[in-house]
Amino acid sequence: MKIRWYAINFALVKSMGFNWTKFFYFLKKGDTTVIEFKDVTKTFNTKEGDLTAVADVNLTIEDGEIYGIVGYSGAGKSTLTRMLNGLETPTSGEIDINGDQMTTLSSGDLRKKRQKIGMIFQHFNLLWSRTVIQNIMFPLEVAGVSRKERKQKAQHLVELVGLKGREHAYPSELSGGQKQRVGVARALANDPEILISDEATSALDPQTTDEVLDLLLEINKRLNLSIVLITHEMHAIRKICDHVAVMDSGRVVEQGTVFNVFRNPQQEITKRFVNEEVDPSLTDTNIVVDDLISSYPNGMIIQLVFHGDQAKLPIVSEIIHKYPDLQVSIIEGSIHQTQEGAIGTLFLQLIGDKSSLDGAITLLKTMRVETEVIHHD
Amino acid sequence: MTDGSYFAFKTVDWGSMGAATWETIWMTIVSMIVVAVLGILLGLLLFETTSSTNIGVKALNWVVSFLVNVFRSIPFIILIMLLLPITKNLVGTIIGPTAALPSLIVSAAPFYARMVELAFHEIDRGVIEAAEAMGAGRWQIVYKVLLPESMPALVSGATVTTISLIGYTAMAGAIGAGGLGNLAYIDGFQASNNTIVLVATVIIVIIVFAFQFIGDFLVRRIDKRTL
Repeated sequence: MKIRWYAINFALVKSMGFNWTKFFYFLKKGDTTVIEFKDVTKTFNTKEGDLTAVADVNLTIEDGEIYGIVGYSGAGKSTLTRMLNGLETPTSGEIDINGDQMTTLSSGDLRKKRQKIGMIFQHFNLLWSRTVIQNIMFPLEVAGVSRKERKQKAQHLVELVGLKGREHAYPSELSGGQKQRVGVARALANDPEILISDEATSALDPQTTDEVLDLLLEINKRLNLSIVLITHEMHAIRKICDHVAVMDSGRVVEQGTVFNVFRNPQQEITKRFVNEEVDPSLTDTNIVVDDLISSYPNGMIIQLVFHGDQAKLPIVSEIIHKYPDLQVSIIEGSIHQTQEGAIGTLFLQLIGDKSSLDGAITLLKTMRVETEVIHHD
Repeated sequence: MTDGSYFAFKTVDWGSMGAATWETIWMTIVSMIVVAVLGILLGLLLFETTSSTNIGVKALNWVVSFLVNVFRSIPFIILIMLLLPITKNLVGTIIGPTAALPSLIVSAAPFYARMVELAFHEIDRGVIEAAEAMGAGRWQIVYKVLLPESMPALVSGATVTTISLIGYTAMAGAIGAGGLGNLAYIDGFQASNNTIVLVATVIIVIIVFAFQFIGDFLVRRIDKRTL
């Protein structure tokens, strides 16, 4: 897979600030920290008193990873984003981006630094008075890149984001997905150290969302560019992120690999996010399960959670094979792909004598499948 | 004599009519150029200082805003008289098209400044913030974002201002600034020649229509928001 990324248009990658150091980082992914938040707190003085938007946030984002920050509106995500590019300064704490303390930079250095922090926005924020290619050239003009180089670079970026042939169109002639592609190209123009996606897919329909997410993943892999993905949609996190931090009322309440957080959410809010995504019909299942438990008192309902290659094991046929007396019926099942592998859930009803039931549970345990017997409430 | 007829075209001196038309156009264009520059600078000043927390900047905003409001409320005909001494100092005379320029500019620039400020406020905050996030400085934001993104509003505002300037030149003409207003007043009204008043009116209407047409055309050309 990785090899194929490089087979695609090596020259293009090179023109986009490719260098060998980055290439080797790419091969042994993630051994340096690119963003670090240390005890960051931001308090706003409002007429109604002090408002703490972000409280004691500690985050470490490794080079080359896609780091998701998820939370409902008002959780402090926007403030966190604005502190990442220095549009907002923390009340206390430190923010380190690629070795620069954001709080101590002079305003001139801060502007230079911002040129190296690519950003894409929910409402794209393109200049309607400029064409696609002129929009992409904007950050290059800001950085004082020569006209010839600007054109060359912008043209490469147009191709990278798949907008070849549309470079002279105005934003008003583009669809939402195309506009966000321009946004992505513009964010990449100055070879950024990090890319911040601020609810970049929230204004898009599901299919376009997936296209933009795929594009971000592709860029992350091709350029080994660290991406901070701020969103309220767990779907986006699951699809492309390596790590995730869950925010609630200004605090990071849970963080870890997407795989672990999805498999084993700790906090109530995380469970809500995960359930929304994994299983929108969970309440329906619960109703059916309750019904089945009362209708078949000698039966048992179990919920299985598989991860990675387990999802591909023939678990059900194994049970039937070993315990032919058991009646097995499938109530509900689903499977989702994360960056680290698949996570599946399966609800089964088993009817039979006690020894077969106990045997089946033991069998599942030996197969290392997470098993939970669901009892009547 | 013309007996009050509107159609005694033989009595019209086309030479002086042409000269007056040219004076009107000259006064309008020259004052509009200055008004555009001053108005954009003032509008920018108002826009940039409007949400500052710095006391000095706030005071500046308040003073400029106050002056703009004052000059916008003075009726033009009174403003001319008020500015007579200044005009005499500046231009050396109070008669002729050049003498009309100071009062035309002082009256129209604040009017346009408010339109410019409004046009800047209509730009999406997100776009300005995106430019900031990309590391653009204050001036880069002004000439790369504010001006191009508000251009249609700036041009249509300039069109409206130009048209009211044409009206002002006629008023200024009546008290000696030359142009079609002057001609209509002296050769038309005072000489009881209604034909001259009518012809001057028609020419002014044509000039207004022409500026309106040019303005609308330009706005259509530069506005890429809806295609």
